[in-house]
Amino acid sequence: MRVLPRVTPRISQAIAFALLWMAALMVILPVTALLVVMFVKGRGSLSWSLVTSTEAGGLLAPIVGTTALVTLTAVIVAPVGVAAAIYLSEYARAGRLVRLIRLAIVNLAGVPSVVYGLFGLALFVMLLHFGRCLLAGACTMALLVLPLVITAAEEALRQVPRRLREASFALGATRWQTVRRVVLPNALPGIITGLILSVGRAAGETAPILFTAAFYSLTDPFPKSLFDPIEVLSYRLFVIATEVPRIEEGEKWATAAVLVALVLGLNALAVIARARLRRARRW
Amino acid sequence: MVKQRAQRGWEWLIERAIQVAGAVAIIFVLMIFVFLLRDALPVFKATTARELLAGKDWLPTAEPPRFGFLPLVLGSLYVTIGALALAMPLGLACAAFISEVAPRWMKEVLKPGVEVLATVPSVVFGFLGLLLVGPWLADVLNLPVGLFAALGSLMLAFMAMPTIVSVSEDAIRSVPAALRENSLALGATQWQTIWRVVLPAARSGIIAGVLLGVGRAIGETMTVLMVTGNAAVIPEGLKGLLRPVRTLTATIAGEMGETVVGSPHYHALFAMGLILFLIAFLTNTIADAAIRRSGRLGR
Amino acid sequence: MSESNTDRPIEQPEGEIKIETRGLNLFYDAFRALTDINVAIPARQITALIGPSGCGKSSFLRCLNRMNDLIDDARVEGDVLLDGGSIYEDDTDVAQLRKRVGMVFQTPNPFPMSIYDNVAYGPRLHGFGGRDSLGEVVEKSLRGAALWDEVKDNLRKSALDLSGGQQQRLSIARVLAVGPDVLLMDEPCSALDPTATFRIEELMLELMERYTIVIVTHNMYQASRVSQHTGFFLLGELIEYGSTVGIFENPKDQRTDDYVRGRFG
Ligand SMILES: Nc1ncnc2c1ncn2[C@@H]1O[C@H](COP(=O)(O)OP(=O)(O)OP(=O)(O)O)[C@@H](O)[C@H]1O
Ligand SMILES: [Mg+2]
Repeated sequence: MRVLPRVTPRISQAIAFALLWMAALMVILPVTALLVVMFVKGRGSLSWSLVTSTEAGGLLAPIVGTTALVTLTAVIVAPVGVAAAIYLSEYARAGRLVRLIRLAIVNLAGVPSVVYGLFGLALFVMLLHFGRCLLAGACTMALLVLPLVITAAEEALRQVPRRLREASFALGATRWQTVRRVVLPNALPGIITGLILSVGRAAGETAPILFTAAFYSLTDPFPKSLFDPIEVLSYRLFVIATEVPRIEEGEKWATAAVLVALVLGLNALAVIARARLRRARRW
Repeated sequence: MVKQRAQRGWEWLIERAIQVAGAVAIIFVLMIFVFLLRDALPVFKATTARELLAGKDWLPTAEPPRFGFLPLVLGSLYVTIGALALAMPLGLACAAFISEVAPRWMKEVLKPGVEVLATVPSVVFGFLGLLLVGPWLADVLNLPVGLFAALGSLMLAFMAMPTIVSVSEDAIRSVPAALRENSLALGATQWQTIWRVVLPAARSGIIAGVLLGVGRAIGETMTVLMVTGNAAVIPEGLKGLLRPVRTLTATIAGEMGETVVGSPHYHALFAMGLILFLIAFLTNTIADAAIRRSGRLGR
Repeated sequence: MSESNTDRPIEQPEGEIKIETRGLNLFYDAFRALTDINVAIPARQITALIGPSGCGKSSFLRCLNRMNDLIDDARVEGDVLLDGGSIYEDDTDVAQLRKRVGMVFQTPNPFPMSIYDNVAYGPRLHGFGGRDSLGEVVEKSLRGAALWDEVKDNLRKSALDLSGGQQQRLSIARVLAVGPDVLLMDEPCSALDPTATFRIEELMLELMERYTIVIVTHNMYQASRVSQHTGFFLLGELIEYGSTVGIFENPKDQRTDDYVRGRFG
């Protein structure tokens, strides 16, 4: 029986590498292409007046709502997340408790966003009687980004060199004094960029605010207090894509483009800031 | 003296607060579990566990209502497995490409590029699937509607791939360079080295990446809600991939707004949330253990 | 270019030459790690390379099987001939080259798989036939590396569970299994106890019948015990090269003399 010519290792490598190339292209290209199409289709309807309009389809209300939601989320999550990170990096000693905390953080990060929505509904909207409003949405979002914030802040704290802490202790400072006067100031830039990156995720999420904060209104879109429901870009996109007829197609694309631009913009901002700060760091 | 003691007291308070905050992640995981359970259990006043898990009909507003999760669970499985069948090989290959094959400049573009793709909101993927990819595929495949299980799989794969790429690329990169050198010095080609040494050595980390991708895919909501057609029917065979289905997440997101708080329907949706929570808990805990193991192997 | 070499005591050996370098220079970016190395390495003998740390011994060795290709900013000038043919041709099959020129590293690095799979790794790569012959190759290689008796009952055990000395002998067995002509050994005994070192040295003398061996060592006694030829490197230059007896008993260069007498480095 004749055996097929043996595929030499060189040939199989050529084939394998060609396949790897293709795989990489298939991960990157289709999505990139879709996003490009989206921007192109949205460009026609994208105008200053669309972004600043309060009429039906106008994006001012959802932009304001998203900004309010993201800001409030950051305000709520920052103290808790940073304190937790301080505990992990400055106080905790390796052991069962820390392992458990880390496992909990991983799990919190993996809870499906719609489940956060359910939890927010049960706790903030119903039990605490916030109702469906900005505050309930922000609390739910804060919970969603909490694990990201803890992880990012802890990383920033760990970047502060050990010798700075030791120098402080050697001068007779207590642990808290060292954290407060040496570690935190040095880690602050890193913490802030980490915070922006994590909270940026809240700008794009929809499921958690579906039952806790978001609404679609043609009459009174702006929240007057923490206890008013809000319009949010991601929810607006969902609604005009699936439920509301008679929205001009170009406007839908423009809305999607604005949302993506906002989220990517927030991320780019944080990434650039981080690069700057790294360069400026003196140790 | 007095001032100093006051400061100590203040400090004591802050440090206790920090300790409590340290445990906040544990507290919230427990709270989520308890709250889901609290609002899920009353569903058994209206139905039985057997009917819930094995019932073939999801007709929550019929009279009498039927709360069978089976079509939804199967819907979730269909969409998720389809997504993984696409995302796993592609994501893994892309990770291997980035860390082992790509020239350095390309590496420096691809890694952040993939991470940027990971931040695109899921509602945008749903939107693109609904308005662009779905109609196009329906046209190409000659389907009656542009909303079906495989479309959900495809859009989910696009979403899950960056996660898989990112985590497995980290795992592949952390394989000690000496192992590669030893293999190459034995006359292995680069590809033989990748296939026989690097990937096996990075196994645990890769598994973790895949599991995190699975978790993300099962829990994903908006994309699936927008593109799978949301028909609560039991999908059958391979053809089921081209028919509309409805997933657990889409059911919660789509129906919670219309239920009466405290009704059996409301509690049934919480029971679904509980199931999703438990699945996520399982995959994440296993993934975490795998990452820990890969850290130890990496030496 | 090679003029600086001529005023140095370089005695090229007689007889069959396995490897020859011609005006070999190695650069890491702008740093010149090797300067104009002209050396002929005799077939089926042991050549020892000595010299203080950082003088370029490993760098030189890695030129001989093109491991320096893997370092992004490493650049080679000049040529290396194996059996008279250049190994730096554009169409050289590097994998085939490395199959012929095996390398044992300073630190053992077993693959995270079983002992058997570690040794079988090379033969499998290069397309070995039936099960039987593979088992035989594994056994022969392990015997060749003086490891067989210790592991023959545990071939399926993870190689990571072996001791450091055993791992190093496994590395040697792994290379032998590929069936090379040349063995490059970069301080192969630095992780071994005296007994194991002695066994490896015995092994080298045995292997010498069939293999051309180049060994880097910091141990003068080892160099004088096992090698027929010795080269002394300093700051990237080959200062002196010749018969081991000559180098150790009657060095021509003062710096070689200082070094082999332990007066520096
Ligand atoms: N990858 C590299 N990039 C840049 N410089 C390198 C690299 N590898 C080695 N060098 C430099 O080249 C010179 C020679 O290094 P080499 O490792 O060959 O020395 P060596 O003689 O083997 O030393 P040792 O006895 O300590 O193993 C050293 O100055 C080293 O710093
Ligand atoms: Mg060396």
